[in-house]
Amino acid sequence: MAYIVGAYEHPLRDAGDKSVAQLQVESTFGALADAGLSKDDIDGFFCGPDAPGTGPLSLADYMNLNLRHVDTTNTSGSSYVLHVAHAVQAIKAGKCNVALVTLAGRPRADGRRKGSLVRNDNPNQPDFQWEQPFGMQILNAYGMTAMRHRALYGTTAEQLAWIRVAASEHAKHNQHAVLRTPVTVEEVVNSPLVADPLRRLDCCIISDGGGAVLVARPEIAKSLGRPLVRVKGSGERPQHQQGGYFEITQSGALQSGQTAFAEAGVVPADIKYVSLYDSFTITVLIQLEDLGFCKKGDGGRFVMDGNLISGIGKLPFNTDGGGLCNNHPGNRGGMTKMIEAVRQVRGEAHPAVQVRNCDLALVNAIGGMLGIRHASGTLILERE
Amino acid sequence: MTMSERVLNDPQPSAETEAFWEATRERRFLVKHCRACGRAHWYPRSHCPFCSSSQTEWREACGTGVIYSYSVMRRSVPVYVVAYVTLDEGPTMMTNLVDCDPDNLNVGDRVRLNFRPTPGGYALPMFTPSMFTPSPEQAS
Repeated sequence: MAYIVGAYEHPLRDAGDKSVAQLQVESTFGALADAGLSKDDIDGFFCGPDAPGTGPLSLADYMNLNLRHVDTTNTSGSSYVLHVAHAVQAIKAGKCNVALVTLAGRPRADGRRKGSLVRNDNPNQPDFQWEQPFGMQILNAYGMTAMRHRALYGTTAEQLAWIRVAASEHAKHNQHAVLRTPVTVEEVVNSPLVADPLRRLDCCIISDGGGAVLVARPEIAKSLGRPLVRVKGSGERPQHQQGGYFEITQSGALQSGQTAFAEAGVVPADIKYVSLYDSFTITVLIQLEDLGFCKKGDGGRFVMDGNLISGIGKLPFNTDGGGLCNNHPGNRGGMTKMIEAVRQVRGEAHPAVQVRNCDLALVNAIGGMLGIRHASGTLILERE
Repeated sequence: MTMSERVLNDPQPSAETEAFWEATRERRFLVKHCRACGRAHWYPRSHCPFCSSSQTEWREACGTGVIYSYSVMRRSVPVYVVAYVTLDEGPTMMTNLVDCDPDNLNVGDRVRLNFRPTPGGYALPMFTPSMFTPSPEQAS
């Protein structure tokens, strides 16, 4: 058993005057201040490839960390969710007491504002020669998933648009959000097509910034005088093309969710709030179905009429505005999803979006490319 | 500008896949089958991803299938269509749909092989809707 004791979202969205390492360390110090811990309490470090240098080594050196456990699992945007799950396991096994998980990136400052740039994959990847010559980009992977969902279940552009509308209704309360102006279904479905059937407003933003969370063993968590956020369950599932026999409208969230729910001993109906990686609107819809919040194919109807808006709908999601409107640092959305879920479980979200009695929340992230290869990570967080 | 003017990248064959790409020079489309379990797989591998046998072999495919899904890349000039096509041999492969109307495609439509040459003399296995009739402009 372990607890998330610190969480911090870097306030910058354009960080041209900060180095990536600076964003990492500022996020770390923010999480330490939030927890009431100091740098020397950290003995485990978990990071992704956004950390400059070889694995954890350069940042451990830069921050002068005194470590006895490291983990550099990389499943793209879901890495940080898996890091927290692995930190809980490491703490349980006695390998560390306080684990730091960081993310930072500055794609805007580095001139990578456009989401349609050709992916810079490694030609030695066995799949490279079968995908790269066809011009396959991230947009197309998610576009093909949305197109097949539409063909199989009749999901409409208007239904997907409700996901963006809900995110924008939350972002208007977030002073740090990149896009704070609410949008309507009509505005979303009239925005330009970028990769059929996805339109510009079906896509998340690109932003600089970062975040950090701290995971600690129970004795430490209970000594800090902060609301207790227990990691009650977790699950992970890499999913791929399975030799050419696959169903892209079903994600790894099915298995990662089942694992997490079983470990936590709860069911979807118990969950008061969800943070879902919203790389695109379709990503949210697929996760809602696969996590069991509605039946496969019913996601379009489930998200309509504000059902994801806090104070209006049955299942508030991404109350910070999510990656669609608030923040998507380093093109990796798992970290900010966990941070907003911690705020909700503590009762520290913006009062306009705080879910009443939010004692149980779920975080899910899909990293990599839905429809191609991805890994889903699930966390269930409980207030004690 | 028509879709066919898009400049294609050469594939980067490995020792494991050289036979496939060499066959495309002769416009032959090969799919790997497993002699142990009998199943075809995609993308081609030396070992069967289902039964782990190393007894895999190349067989010429019939070159027909159906659209599994697709997405029109509107951010590109000219636009192009990324797709998954389910081959009649069984597996689903990533490809492009060419010689087609991007605004008139459907999941489930029948397609046939349409090789497109790359600068290095290989050809990429792409597909065209079976029902498609080129417009006078596209045919010229």
